[in-house]
Amino acid sequence: MKINKEKISGIVFLLIALSALSVLALITIFIFIKGVPIINKVGLFNFVFGMVWDPSHGAYGIFPMIIGSVSVTLGAAVLGVPVAICCSIFLAEYAPAALSNFVRPAIQLLAAIPSVVYGFWGLLFVVPAIRNYLGGPGLSILAGSIILGIMILPTIISISEVSLLALPRQYKEGAYALGLTQWQTIRSVQLPAAKSGIVAAIILGIGRAIGETMAVIMVLGNAVAIPQSILDPARTLTTNIGIEMGYASGEHQQALFATGIVLLVIVMILNAFAQYVTRRK
Amino acid sequence: MKISSRTAQRAAKVLIWASALLVIVILLAIILFILIKGVPEISWQFLTEIPRNMGRDGGISSTIVGTLLVTAVAVIIATPFGVGTAFYLTEYTREGKITRIIRFSAESLSGIPSIVYGLFGFIFFVMYLKLGWSILSGGLTLAVMILPTIIRTSEEAIRTVSYQYREVSFSLGGTKWQTITRAVFPSAIRGIAVGVILGIGRCVAETAAVILTAGSALRMPASIFSPTRTMAEHFYILAREGISMEKAYGTAALLIILIFIINVVANTLVNRYVAKGH
Repeated sequence: MKINKEKISGIVFLLIALSALSVLALITIFIFIKGVPIINKVGLFNFVFGMVWDPSHGAYGIFPMIIGSVSVTLGAAVLGVPVAICCSIFLAEYAPAALSNFVRPAIQLLAAIPSVVYGFWGLLFVVPAIRNYLGGPGLSILAGSIILGIMILPTIISISEVSLLALPRQYKEGAYALGLTQWQTIRSVQLPAAKSGIVAAIILGIGRAIGETMAVIMVLGNAVAIPQSILDPARTLTTNIGIEMGYASGEHQQALFATGIVLLVIVMILNAFAQYVTRRK
Repeated sequence: MKISSRTAQRAAKVLIWASALLVIVILLAIILFILIKGVPEISWQFLTEIPRNMGRDGGISSTIVGTLLVTAVAVIIATPFGVGTAFYLTEYTREGKITRIIRFSAESLSGIPSIVYGLFGFIFFVMYLKLGWSILSGGLTLAVMILPTIIRTSEEAIRTVSYQYREVSFSLGGTKWQTITRAVFPSAIRGIAVGVILGIGRCVAETAAVILTAGSALRMPASIFSPTRTMAEHFYILAREGISMEKAYGTAALLIILIFIINVVANTLVNRYVAKGH
């Protein structure tokens, strides 16, 4: 009787544990089923590299959105990554315990703020500042990059801090014993040793930036055109879905699911890469 | 020109302190701005009245109820699956192909953008399972979204439970099930609670996934099959469509306060957990 119960609980737990795999499969299958027909109709090349997105005339090219996503994400990385890595070094090496016990929860809070609040704040502060001091409409790639650069901070800071703290003490002690300064130790011993964790952190941060929707909708201007400068408005893959899902139907709706497929594939590749980098260690 | 190591040391120190300061300043700028503008809008009427006139007048009571119900559905569904998965990964199997696949799935899920969850929830729960735009559809979508968070934090919590607990339980003749339910689970419950609370926080903050699955109805929901609008959605619609800035600020302030409380509770649990000697 006891043995039976043991076996049953083992099987039940296995079934429960397969839930993550099952929903991942369901998500992939359903989004592909809905999106693939329009890609077949338009042609994968024309869909991905098409320059015109005009659903009312059956034109479904998402290349401007891909450029939009890539440029906003790159901008966010350029602005956010250095600050985040410095901040993780601060928490792991520089901050007195009392201070890091305050900064760490603050960064968690930054991660928990709803993305719509970021977008709203960006709309009221960042967008007018850009319009007044740099010109252009304000709603721009730069505004999106700044907001996303802030939003990816918590992800990158916490993961790189963990990988810095996970280093054996001997690394630091050895470097100090050789007469290196604190900064030399960080730069030439600790950062290289924690490289894989930091790279994974950056990739996950980039994944977050490319997947963000609501904050970007509010500050990016959402124009479907290849942006010529960082002060131009743009539209990303996510905002394309977010804006048009509300009223799309038929082929148009399928095309939004197809946009989702492209997004899903990009994020999956980034994720697999991040996992690969962490595991290689 | 060669920079002396002392200059580099100083410059690095300044830069690193400055970036930490910058992060804190940004956080304060966002939070204080919303609170200063929004807290004066919060009143008893604001909390208890139904939105009228698209949200221009009245309060936000139905969106508070909507948020709570959608979150409750998500947590009730996701917690058993998340915690069960964590127990399977830690107690029932060795590292191998199956654990690798499960971990890979959970990691991949945590990277999927919320708008893609929204698309999935719309096509699967709303259309395919014919649940319509409803609290149930929204809650189920969010359940899928927070599943990886709960798996990861529960797994960490279970792993920190000392091996002696299990050994003692087994040596007393306890079965695996008894060991898990009576020795491991009670010791890990705080850590698991932290994961659940973080999941709650994500549900409350989410907009993109719920807007496509829960609908955006302003009336008070009658059951979990009714469409609803969460606070985050309401805030987004008010602000984006310029319906009422005052109500938008008030809603955002309430959201921030809620998120703050959720975070404080989670942190207190973690600290107590650490203090207890785990």
